[in-house]
Amino acid sequence: MDFRFDIIVEYSPYLLKGTLLTIGLSLAGIAIGTILGLFIGLGKMQRRKLLAWPFDWYITFFRGTPLFVQILLIHFGVVPVFLGQTNGIVATIIALSLNAAAYIAEIFRAGIQSIDRGQMEAARSLGMSHVQSMRYVILPQASKRMIPPLGNEFIVLIKESSLAAIVATPEIMYWGRSMAGQYYRVWEPYLTAAVIYLILTLSLSFLLNLLERRLKTE
Amino acid sequence: MIKVANLQKSFGSHKVLNGIDVIVQPQEVVVVIGPSGSGKSTFLRCINLLETITDGHVLIEGMDITDKGTDINKVREEVGMVFQHFNLFPHKTVIENIMLAPLKVRGIDENQARAKAMELLKKVGLEDKAEAYPASLSGGQKQRVAIARALAMEPKIMLFDEPTSALDPEMVGEVLEVIKQLAREGMTMVVVTHEMGFAKEVGDRVIFMDSGLIIEENQPKELFENPQHERTQAFLSKIL
Repeated sequence: MDFRFDIIVEYSPYLLKGTLLTIGLSLAGIAIGTILGLFIGLGKMQRRKLLAWPFDWYITFFRGTPLFVQILLIHFGVVPVFLGQTNGIVATIIALSLNAAAYIAEIFRAGIQSIDRGQMEAARSLGMSHVQSMRYVILPQASKRMIPPLGNEFIVLIKESSLAAIVATPEIMYWGRSMAGQYYRVWEPYLTAAVIYLILTLSLSFLLNLLERRLKTE
Repeated sequence: MIKVANLQKSFGSHKVLNGIDVIVQPQEVVVVIGPSGSGKSTFLRCINLLETITDGHVLIEGMDITDKGTDINKVREEVGMVFQHFNLFPHKTVIENIMLAPLKVRGIDENQARAKAMELLKKVGLEDKAEAYPASLSGGQKQRVAIARALAMEPKIMLFDEPTSALDPEMVGEVLEVIKQLAREGMTMVVVTHEMGFAKEVGDRVIFMDSGLIIEENQPKELFENPQHERTQAFLSKIL
């Protein structure tokens, strides 16, 4: 079997641009998804069922349908309604953020509910309000426990951003597929893409391990 | 100081408190005893509204905490609580545990809060543990920190929910000693406990509860030596 390094070299500037875009899409998805996820998670935890219901429904929808479908709906349906025309990058960021938010909301909820009830009771018995108790007592403890599942979700998000290729967002897999189409090759484009994704996910898990160890010793 | 009138509490269809009436005078130490499941912990937790109250009234210094208009956070500032399982904040050092509420609720400055916290740690004999994390403390030490944390808010009333039940026997004494000291200083207290010796020594009044009712209440000597009700007699004969 021959392995054509020359076509990888030829495509390397595009793959580099694609990698940067993948990183950008993932970071945007992580940032927006986390903020939105916290909000939705807290929303779902409300005691009043009627107020919690829309958040519950949101999570059900975004966890229960494929990201692939969500990207297509947002790209061809939602974005044109608001921008007049569609835009692959905007559609991808929205789809990734909304999808990640559903999972992250559940991570937040699980993290907060895993903290012993006595912690909230102790904080409240000292005269702290619910918000103060959350901020100074519950969330600092919960966030430590949320790092491993959040890291997991971020890694999933990097990999799933590859689905954006289907709506012509020029990230890694878009260029990989172009290369495959131009030269009728399988191994070079897809192995190269796989290696790039591996480097990205390994770097992220390395950073998360560092963070986890730092918090543990504190 | 505390006035409880016809307090009732249900968990679903299960009735835990069937109408409790108690008045606690300033500087009085009231000890609550009774078999497990008698509702004594629930009664205590209703006093600072850690449990929602199904019916009846609880007045703390004239403020009715069952009234929706009452700011419960303000009331809780005056009512310290010590829990069976300590509930220290594990992510904060001992001194940070004590300083947190005075800083965030009372809004006093850091130096003042630190000085007050050190003073309280000295009082409970743990000034050398100020920078330690709760995980490195023994049960007795944790409970003494928890008492110091509650005292940091300078409460007028202290509630103790089985403060020695989760401790190894050799650590019970050090915690009870701190509580006795508070009693001598004239703190108003309600203590739920299984320590009958402590109840006799420190209590101004002992309340015996069973199945969500106050069966009998009296001065400790009278109640322990001459119980009137047969359920009290049965309970005391089992434990003494």
